[in-house]
Amino acid sequence: MLQKYTTPDSANGYAQLAADVLARAKVCGATEADIVVADGETLSVQVRVGTVDRLTKAREKRLGLRVFIGKRSATTSTSDFSRESLERLVEDTCTLAGAVVEDDVSGLPDEAQMAKEQPNLDLYDETVLDTETQIDWAKRGEAAAFALDSRITNSEGAEFDSSSGRVVLANSHGFVGSYKSSNFSLSVSPIAIESGTGAMQRDAWYEVQRKFARLASAESIGQEAARRAVRRLGARKVATKRVPVVFDQETAGSLLANLCSAVSGYGLYKRASFLLDKLGQKIACDLLTVYDDGRMVGGLGSRPFDGEGLATRKNTIVERGVLKSYLLDTYSGKKLGLPSTGNASRSVGESPSVGPTNFYLVPGLKSSQEIIGSVKEGLYVTELIGFGINMVTGDYSRGACGFWIENGELAYPVEEITIAGNLKQMFKDIEAIGSDLVFRGRIASPTVKISEMMVAGN
Amino acid sequence: MLEPVQLAKFGVTELEAQHALDRLNVRDVDYADLYFESRTSESVSMEEGIVKRAAKSVSQGVGVRATAGEKTGFAYSDELTKKDLEVAADTARYIANSPKGDSPVPVPTQRRPTRDLYPIEWAKAEVATADRVALLNEIDAEARRYDPRIKNVMASFNTEYKVMAVATSDGTLVGDIQPLSRLQITCIAEDRDNRQVGSFGGGGRVGFEYYREDNRHLSYAREAAREAILNLSAVDAPAGVMPVVLAGGWPGILLHEAIGHGLEADFNRKKTSAFSNLIGKRVASDACTIVDDGTLPFRRGSLNMDDEGTPTSSTTLIEKGILRRYITDKLNARLMGIPLTGNGRRENYQSVVLPRMTNTFMLAGESDPQDIIRSVKKGLYAVSFGGGQVDITNGKFVFSASEAYLIEDGRITTPVKGATLIGSGPEILTKVSMVGHDLKLDNGIGTCGKDGQSVPVGVGLPTIKIDEITVGGTQR
Repeated sequence: MLQKYTTPDSANGYAQLAADVLARAKVCGATEADIVVADGETLSVQVRVGTVDRLTKAREKRLGLRVFIGKRSATTSTSDFSRESLERLVEDTCTLAGAVVEDDVSGLPDEAQMAKEQPNLDLYDETVLDTETQIDWAKRGEAAAFALDSRITNSEGAEFDSSSGRVVLANSHGFVGSYKSSNFSLSVSPIAIESGTGAMQRDAWYEVQRKFARLASAESIGQEAARRAVRRLGARKVATKRVPVVFDQETAGSLLANLCSAVSGYGLYKRASFLLDKLGQKIACDLLTVYDDGRMVGGLGSRPFDGEGLATRKNTIVERGVLKSYLLDTYSGKKLGLPSTGNASRSVGESPSVGPTNFYLVPGLKSSQEIIGSVKEGLYVTELIGFGINMVTGDYSRGACGFWIENGELAYPVEEITIAGNLKQMFKDIEAIGSDLVFRGRIASPTVKISEMMVAGN
Repeated sequence: MLEPVQLAKFGVTELEAQHALDRLNVRDVDYADLYFESRTSESVSMEEGIVKRAAKSVSQGVGVRATAGEKTGFAYSDELTKKDLEVAADTARYIANSPKGDSPVPVPTQRRPTRDLYPIEWAKAEVATADRVALLNEIDAEARRYDPRIKNVMASFNTEYKVMAVATSDGTLVGDIQPLSRLQITCIAEDRDNRQVGSFGGGGRVGFEYYREDNRHLSYAREAAREAILNLSAVDAPAGVMPVVLAGGWPGILLHEAIGHGLEADFNRKKTSAFSNLIGKRVASDACTIVDDGTLPFRRGSLNMDDEGTPTSSTTLIEKGILRRYITDKLNARLMGIPLTGNGRRENYQSVVLPRMTNTFMLAGESDPQDIIRSVKKGLYAVSFGGGQVDITNGKFVFSASEAYLIEDGRITTPVKGATLIGSGPEILTKVSMVGHDLKLDNGIGTCGKDGQSVPVGVGLPTIKIDEITVGGTQR
């Protein structure tokens, strides 16, 4: 195999290290193998009520190895890159692989499928922030929250994190890929106190960017956090009833994350998804179109190749309500008789699984105001808590807080209620999709309205 | 008897540790520590009737911390050279911003943990991968034998062997070996278009033999299969406020979410908890006495000492309904001027210490569990739960049932689908009107998440009756 991709960033020697380990694995009897090496640096600053609360600094590196001996496979990882440690790791991995059962569909992807090019997706910013700058950002964010409203009298703090790192993936087909990425984030978590009762409410706002220069101002993030905390004061329970439910961007994003899990190949071949055998069928209302785009420039979920070295791409998951594609890696694809969609996700110490890249719901035409305005009586959800989702059946029951809608307006804040339904029906019952799509993570959604759900309270 | 863990295990000399601590000794630093950790994790997992995956991971590193007033400086490294320790120490002391202190750091004295809650002979014994594979194969066969409608069995067996040592500026050097293992089983049952899931598991700071004792692994398999089959006939859960009876054991997750987190000292020092300023006040009915106890042998949440070297203890959080204590780490105990409870825990060397729960449970009461059920005219009986979550600040918590039944006229009747229960932490325990004499601890499956860090914990509960709580089903 002569196909070899060198990248300017392989100068740190990880590509050579990877090649050495792969060669060693072959000597120990591996028929195929791949290796991931990741390193990174982080600086995290937390400020609380105007003073530094916690400062964390670290450098890390880790190496993960997967070997195949015929159809048997095992995975190992270590942070110790010394020669003796790596030799022991290779031997351990081969011994482990020898002890498990043959799995007919296991193996690396075909050589011909490996990514041919590695486009620069603009994921890395070489800006290195010093500690003082980060402290200043966090302090300004928190101060802006305190300044916005006199009812903000306490805080869980503000946190500014910066991190950067590199990933190198290599396999016994001769593939070597590498990319660098960075993240800059600010979050502010103020606490509002109601003067009469002393009741407290917390909320938070945050932003994450690949590039430092693209972050919104510390002040705007702090102010939004304060607005969100203050508007929750005076929250009450409501009576149990069926009503329309509007999910804001954050909570609609969590519904989309549920959809993402349901179309993941691993849940499907294990028969543990409520969307089993639904490919090509109508699973949602006509308004719903969902893409997963691994090549979005500067995207928080973008990467030039996936966790197995296959090119990432833009997949249409749902088109006008029809399920068009699952999210697959090589293994789960083979189990389902389908090709990989380039969604292998790889954490260093584990065999590949499936993960989204930039998974988003295509925005509609209505503003969130118009959507709320369309509801005579209902719930606007701004936060969901708990784990009451059954991925096998789609049964859904979660704790919620937000606002009660009366005659198209937010009337008062509500809490200590649950919303319940079944995801299969909820996606069909989507009645409106907002125009307000913003990426704050790898899964993003505009405002979504569901025609009816059970709200349990008093 | 426990052998003391030597720093040499991490390739570090006591002198190097002493030097690093000395470097942290600047005037405003109140406390500093070096936490050394080496961890080996192994797992095997099965699905579709075959053990497909085996994995092993090894990690080692040091976390260096200094605290000054409320401030914490923290750095960690996966390299353990003298230079790395120095760099980490310099980062950690950055927060103090003051000149070198006058008084010398005491030389850490090596001591042994005062307890031996999980003798490690078991965990030390090498278990061949083939034996782990055989265990999972037997589980698969047992679950499928339980009922032909069991169509898939997913099982995993995980073990962790952690060696840690902590050297502190208050003069202690102490180490511990902390084994941990867990067996988890999930079954999928299918009957035509109806597909349901059931799961069960257990473990603790125990060795491989534990799972084969009295064929414990097979009983876990049957439990997971039973829950999946039961759910095939479950009807939609009711919605609204009603009496709920919680079975003993794992439903103790109620205590963990509703009050445990709210009693962690950090939130109370910052006055961000719904329980701030409630010490000495009534937060539960007379029938409720709740403890956090890290000293129970072999339990998943137990530790000989916490991650700051403080021996764990049994702390009474709520005594006959009155709030008595918060759980503390060194930083928060010092700042609040309250006792150290040995609850300073961290996920690993890469994480900072936070006050965390160990095993949290309610002591047994006097009621007969049958009488508790009989006292409910119309309500819910919840036996098993998935996860839970709490908003510390407003005190609202949720936890989601995975096995539950209707109670009608004092009798347990139809199984219902899982539903989330939601309530308010400082209020819910005031509505506990009956406490059974049947205290049960969970099987050893709990993992608690806080601030992005996961640590193993335990919970426990006798059968209790909550007079009213909101049940988040779909049916009126």
